[in-house]
Amino acid sequence: MSDVLLSVKDLRSWFFTDQGVAKAVDGVSCEVGEGETLCLVGESGCGKTVTSLSVLGLLPDPPARIMNGSSISFRGEELVGAPEPSLRALRGNEISMIFQEPMTSLNPVYTVGEQIGEALRLHRGLDRKAARVESAQLLREVGIPDPEARLDEYPHRMSGGMRQRVMIAMALSCEPRLLIADEPTTALDVTIQAQILELLADLRERRGMAVLLITHDLGVVAEVCDRVLIMYAGQVVETGSVHEIFADPRHPYTKGLLESLPSLAQPGRRLKAIPGTVPDSIDWPIGCRFEQRCPLRAPGCERPQGLHEPGGAERAVRADRAVRCWRSMAEPSRTDQ
Amino acid sequence: MTELAGGRARGGSASRLSLVLPGLPQLLAGRWGVGGVALSVWIGFAWVLVARHDVVRRSLSGAWDERLAVGSLVAGLLAAWYWSWRDTNTKMECAGARAGVGQWELAVRAFSKNKTAVAGLILVVGLYLLALITPLITPDDPTAQDLPLRLQAMSAAHRLGTDQLGRDVLSRVLYGARISLTIGFVAVGISVTIGTLLGAVAGYLGGMVDSLIMRFVDMVISFPRLILLIVIVAAFDPSIFLIITVLGLTLWPGTARIVRGEVLSLKRREFIQAAEALGYSRSRIVLRHLIPNALGPVIVAATLGIGNTIVLEAGLSFLGVGVQAPTPSWGSMLSDGRDVLLDAWWLSTFPGLAIVFTVLSFNLVGDGLRDALDPRVRS
Repeated sequence: MSDVLLSVKDLRSWFFTDQGVAKAVDGVSCEVGEGETLCLVGESGCGKTVTSLSVLGLLPDPPARIMNGSSISFRGEELVGAPEPSLRALRGNEISMIFQEPMTSLNPVYTVGEQIGEALRLHRGLDRKAARVESAQLLREVGIPDPEARLDEYPHRMSGGMRQRVMIAMALSCEPRLLIADEPTTALDVTIQAQILELLADLRERRGMAVLLITHDLGVVAEVCDRVLIMYAGQVVETGSVHEIFADPRHPYTKGLLESLPSLAQPGRRLKAIPGTVPDSIDWPIGCRFEQRCPLRAPGCERPQGLHEPGGAERAVRADRAVRCWRSMAEPSRTDQ
Repeated sequence: MTELAGGRARGGSASRLSLVLPGLPQLLAGRWGVGGVALSVWIGFAWVLVARHDVVRRSLSGAWDERLAVGSLVAGLLAAWYWSWRDTNTKMECAGARAGVGQWELAVRAFSKNKTAVAGLILVVGLYLLALITPLITPDDPTAQDLPLRLQAMSAAHRLGTDQLGRDVLSRVLYGARISLTIGFVAVGISVTIGTLLGAVAGYLGGMVDSLIMRFVDMVISFPRLILLIVIVAAFDPSIFLIITVLGLTLWPGTARIVRGEVLSLKRREFIQAAEALGYSRSRIVLRHLIPNALGPVIVAATLGIGNTIVLEAGLSFLGVGVQAPTPSWGSMLSDGRDVLLDAWWLSTFPGLAIVFTVLSFNLVGDGLRDALDPRVRS
């Protein structure tokens, strides 16, 4: 792995609500290397988006707070507790973000050109004219035909796929080192999804930027990711390379996710759903948080589970391959041989 | 090719026509609304310029408000000319182009379909145009007394009669329009600016700032406004400037509440999150991203607010704490005519009608704007 760009250690982002403390993110650690694509996978409500917003320092405070002991460092610079101006200088410049819902993530009262131009003028100090030229160039780069004419259009005249491209163009305007993409394809048609993913992969290659991709779609993961982080109930339950996760899933949750996908290898197989829902974040179970839904539930699950290397010691030896399930300690790793 | 040439020739003749009579080419093209307005403004102003050329000439070396009126007259004529000429020249090229249509253009389209609202808008614009050139069209000095001609009924010399001091009622109603419209516009301008800024800041920042600002709003609202106004006006020397300031500084809480509510829902929208993720400063997000999106209801409230402010000012003047004599004001005219209502009904009736029509047109425009700017109603 190349140089570490973003390093998150024991991140705990808690929401202090009237009903109690919702531990939306409860001890997540991960690393993103330069030029790498890391996928954050999990179902709704497991803390993916909160993790990404924590990185940008965009959690609404109150009610959310990043707890003491958490650390987020970007190129060696600590972001937790950093003053707002220095975070602001980072946002849009070094770290950019694109959102799930392209229909509402552009400002309806400005033209597309004005919105991209605003980012360019602010962060790169271009004047109006240069910003317009550069905006058209960016639109061309994200694959929008006839960019000069499109600059004067308002967002509501564009399709979802087009708007997502515009969002990507805005996020790219300042040549970020890290792009956080929060379910960028969820709201799009399947055909458009593939195009956007291809565009992201292509841009990553060309610009050498790292991507933190948040998704619940394992199909997307297989397509574009280098490494995968499976999240469940505010914790990382399994991490590994794309190959390791798909070929040798260790955590019952990961296995469940994979079995809920249709497969070309076994046509006609019934898809398995994981029964139940994620437990309430105000009141996580003390033991394994997946226990209630786990098909392999057994004595031993009621104890708190630590992250460890499959078949290895209690503590994770390699940061890039770990599982949070006591069972997998015993089974030797198949992909290591 | 021939069609192109034809189009260009039509454009040429239309723009020549627009130099003779602005608005006429638009009328001929079937756009009777804008064309009619431009044409009647131009004809009306030109008529004033010709028919009352002696007054215009005298006003050129008169007081500053007379010179302002002459300036407005000339500016109105030139503006009608220029607009019509430019309109005929650009319409031709733009018609086919796929120009970007924003929220505002959509709202304009929805508004122009609403006949009563457009009628209200024409009345409002007409009132402001009249107010601008009042000194040039009034038959008499509104403060000139002519005691032998007291309480005269309507006649050719005094179309709306005279009051107890022999002053011309028509002139006084016209000058009163000036005062009322100015007070309404400036006071609402002040209050909307304050209300929008404070409401947006409160809604966006939330927390302590929000609580402080909104408790301040509650405090200002809970003050009995009329009594506050009477005390302030009684303590200081009442002048139009003071009334505008007092009204402007007490009317903003309503706007602040509206804007805060809008901002609270807007700030959860993803484009605001996106703006934050792009590292924009708070002031930029509030001023450039939140306020323009919250402006619809503000414009509606402001339009309705002008009407209310005019009524409020009339009430103050009626009570004698508003605009002071001899400056004509609708409210004080109403109050002056009260004692002789049965003998000289024209004294109170015409300023009363003026108030009703003015406020009615502002309310018509406000309702039309509400329908046009609210996407839920527009569908």
